[in-house]
Amino acid sequence: MARIGLKNVRHSYREHPAADADWAVKRLDVEWAEGSANALLGPSGCGKTTLLNIISGLLRPTEGAVFFGERDVTAAPPDARNIAQVFQFPVVYDTMSVFDNLAFPLRNRGVPAAEVEKRVREIAALLDLEPMLMQRAAGLTADGKQKISLGRGLVRDDVNVIMFDEPLTVIDPHLKWRLRGKLKELHQRLRPTMIYVTHDQTEALTFADQVLVMNEGTVVQSGTPVELFERPRHTFVGHFIGSPGMNVLPATFENGVARFAGHVVEIATPLKAQQDGARLEIGVRPEFVRFAKSGIGVRILKVADSGRYRIVDTVADAEPPATATIIKLLVAEGTALPSGPAFLKFDPAYTQLYVDGWIAG
Amino acid sequence: MNTKTVNQKAWWLVAPVVVLVAFNAVIPLMTVVNYSVQETFGENVFFFEGVKWFEQILRSSRFHESLGRSLLFTAIVLAIEVPLGVAIALTMPRKGPWVSVCLVLMAMPLLIPWNVVGAMWNILALPDIGLLGHTLNAMGIDYNFTRQPLAAWATLVAMDVWHWTSLVVLLAYAGLSAIPDAYYQAAKIDGASRWAVFRYIQLPKMKRVLTIAILLRFMDSFMIYTEAIVVTGGGPGNSTTVLSIDLVKIALGQFDLGPAAAMSLIYFLIILLLSWIFYTVMTKDEQS
Amino acid sequence: MKRYAWLVPALYIVFVLLPIYWLLNMSFKTTNEILGSFTLWPQEFTLDNYRKIFTDPTWYRGYLNSISYVALNTVLSVTVALPAAYAFSRYRFLGDKHLFFWLLTNRMAPPAVFALPFFQLYSAIGLFDTRLAVALAHCLFNIPLAVWILEGFMSSVPKELDETAFVDGYPFWRFFVRIFIPTIAAGIGVAAFFCFMFSWVELLLAKTLTAVDAKPIAATMTRTASTSGYELGLLAAAGALTIVPGAFVIYFVRNYIAKGFALGRV
Repeated sequence: MARIGLKNVRHSYREHPAADADWAVKRLDVEWAEGSANALLGPSGCGKTTLLNIISGLLRPTEGAVFFGERDVTAAPPDARNIAQVFQFPVVYDTMSVFDNLAFPLRNRGVPAAEVEKRVREIAALLDLEPMLMQRAAGLTADGKQKISLGRGLVRDDVNVIMFDEPLTVIDPHLKWRLRGKLKELHQRLRPTMIYVTHDQTEALTFADQVLVMNEGTVVQSGTPVELFERPRHTFVGHFIGSPGMNVLPATFENGVARFAGHVVEIATPLKAQQDGARLEIGVRPEFVRFAKSGIGVRILKVADSGRYRIVDTVADAEPPATATIIKLLVAEGTALPSGPAFLKFDPAYTQLYVDGWIAG
Repeated sequence: MNTKTVNQKAWWLVAPVVVLVAFNAVIPLMTVVNYSVQETFGENVFFFEGVKWFEQILRSSRFHESLGRSLLFTAIVLAIEVPLGVAIALTMPRKGPWVSVCLVLMAMPLLIPWNVVGAMWNILALPDIGLLGHTLNAMGIDYNFTRQPLAAWATLVAMDVWHWTSLVVLLAYAGLSAIPDAYYQAAKIDGASRWAVFRYIQLPKMKRVLTIAILLRFMDSFMIYTEAIVVTGGGPGNSTTVLSIDLVKIALGQFDLGPAAAMSLIYFLIILLLSWIFYTVMTKDEQS
Repeated sequence: MKRYAWLVPALYIVFVLLPIYWLLNMSFKTTNEILGSFTLWPQEFTLDNYRKIFTDPTWYRGYLNSISYVALNTVLSVTVALPAAYAFSRYRFLGDKHLFFWLLTNRMAPPAVFALPFFQLYSAIGLFDTRLAVALAHCLFNIPLAVWILEGFMSSVPKELDETAFVDGYPFWRFFVRIFIPTIAAGIGVAAFFCFMFSWVELLLAKTLTAVDAKPIAATMTRTASTSGYELGLLAAAGALTIVPGAFVIYFVRNYIAKGFALGRV
């Protein structure tokens, strides 16, 4: 296993990139610790697959260097980097048996037969593939095939990093959670460095210790799932993570005080200096909003039942109805909703001010 | 991947195809069957003769000989065209300007009407004025396809290979293009050799496309008529008289509609049987 | 070893081009010169053959007729084959395997004896001597071919792709046109080209079902071969010109056929 580092990496698919938009991956400096479980989270087209391919060596970055530990591997081809990759749809050698599929990478490297047998059976047991070892790989279901793909990466003990490119895309929903659990279990047992690319926040947040959120080729925020949740550094992260996403409210900031719809709002990240012309917003997650006896006067629009709690949509009385921003909050199941005039309070520790999308302070 | 759902409404998707094809197939077929069991003495007078024609044909040694020649020809031609076509598809450029050049040039033999192909090769092979014939004889090889059966066969085979290999190439090339990159990437990561990539990825993924290519070539080479008759006319003697040439000789030459129709049906049934065997063998694993 | 791989297609192309060069060679000669001697290029270079084709209405009308029924047939065959191939590829239904094989059997009929019945059929429905008749008749062998080819390509697209699209909320036709068809682009390119090609070169039915109005180029060329002796020069020129439309077609579909190589599809 190794520490993975990307220094000053930039990549464009075009011959002569000119505008900013021509770059699939804009300037990046990232490091992933050895043995860590990491996720690359972002919407389609944000550059995460490009980044993955740069790490695995399937793509050579236009600029920058890739390091595995101390070694500069930027020029090395995939088979020299000792990586494993699991793709979006299952890649198995149809004509071979499951056993032969798992044995393939070892045999290609000249590993003796006895050792091959041992490793394959070990990994097959880990992945619950033992009963079908002698079956033809083509006959398995999609999740079985993905396990084979994963297994081919695990049989080799010299693997530096295992990469996953949205591997659960074609798996049936009821099997997805099982595979996810299996991946987590594997990580805890074998401790390989894992990088998991996805656009599904649940997958990323439950799997990884460290999550990189990407958008349009840049890393917007890197941190633990808790950090991303409690302190999003960009409104994009706030939207993307959490269900429902963070509330983003238009705000003003004067004389050290932030206001929304005329009401004073206590925030955790005030501006150091006044900035004219910038777009100011207050961000607060529905989890940190509650009804109170006084505060921002609101009108309840709609209540949606979501199992253990209800999602309540409200709008501030002080805002004109046509352009009012919807403020969502979560109310636990047993709690009653205010019948008369309603007021909201935001938890100051988790309310942030954003300038042009980025967190202030 | 072979989990098909049962859905009888799928018939609606297939209906237009069935209508258009059946219209052209069933009615003419019935007419032919009609002729095959009748005797005609001219003037549109028909007498029902039952299986007389079928028996006559199946017993004749002439029929057996033509059938043998057809089978031999098909076997030789398949053995050359399929591996050659695949080899070319594997080595053709895949990106860049040469792709268009290759595709267009290779498509050319396929587009020439078959009688012109025959005429071209006929002239080409003539010993005194043809490029091939003249060159071979100038090199000291005694080559005259109008008199030597072996030369005639060689010319026929060469013509067919020239004419039709591109079909295999195009199908194989398209089949290769349909293999997603991820397979090659995974193979790279797994450290697979070039041969392993061919054997475990490319060949299996081209299987369906190759089945089509083989069946097409089998049927068309077995039925070859126009090119063959223009190049060699079935000769010298009857050394290159394949089944279809014989059939037309009987039908037109002797105005015997009965035996001709019967012969076509037998012909058709042979192709049907052999194709069905090919098809079943090649799609064996998918049937389960 | 890999460095010499390009020799394979290169040698094959040389092999392909030699007879074509010979064809072009003949097309610029007079029939006398062709039959009289062996010359690598025309001693008496003549454009007469081409001139005849471009000026004589029977010739150029023949081209136009052929192009129109072939184009009609290609579009019709591929369009109708797409949903059918999808059905064969994704669904099981009563008689599906037999139907699939039956389609192929329609290419197994030796044409010679079927000419007369076809003539009778199309005359009976009043379509004799129309381009539509030839376009329809060619459906007999082209539609099965298109269905077979398309089905082969569709089956390598995992069914999970369809389902993922449904889950994402795509209506079926949108999924089919925007996602599925580009994935099988190579199959469509090849099927379209083959339909074009087989219809273009088909002689017997095209001659049988037409007389004057819709006479295809192929028929005019066989006439040349039999009536006024063997007008080889003219035949060669006509033959050379028949390559042109098809060359355009394959050039047009080249991107479809090689599409998978250009994308890095995962």
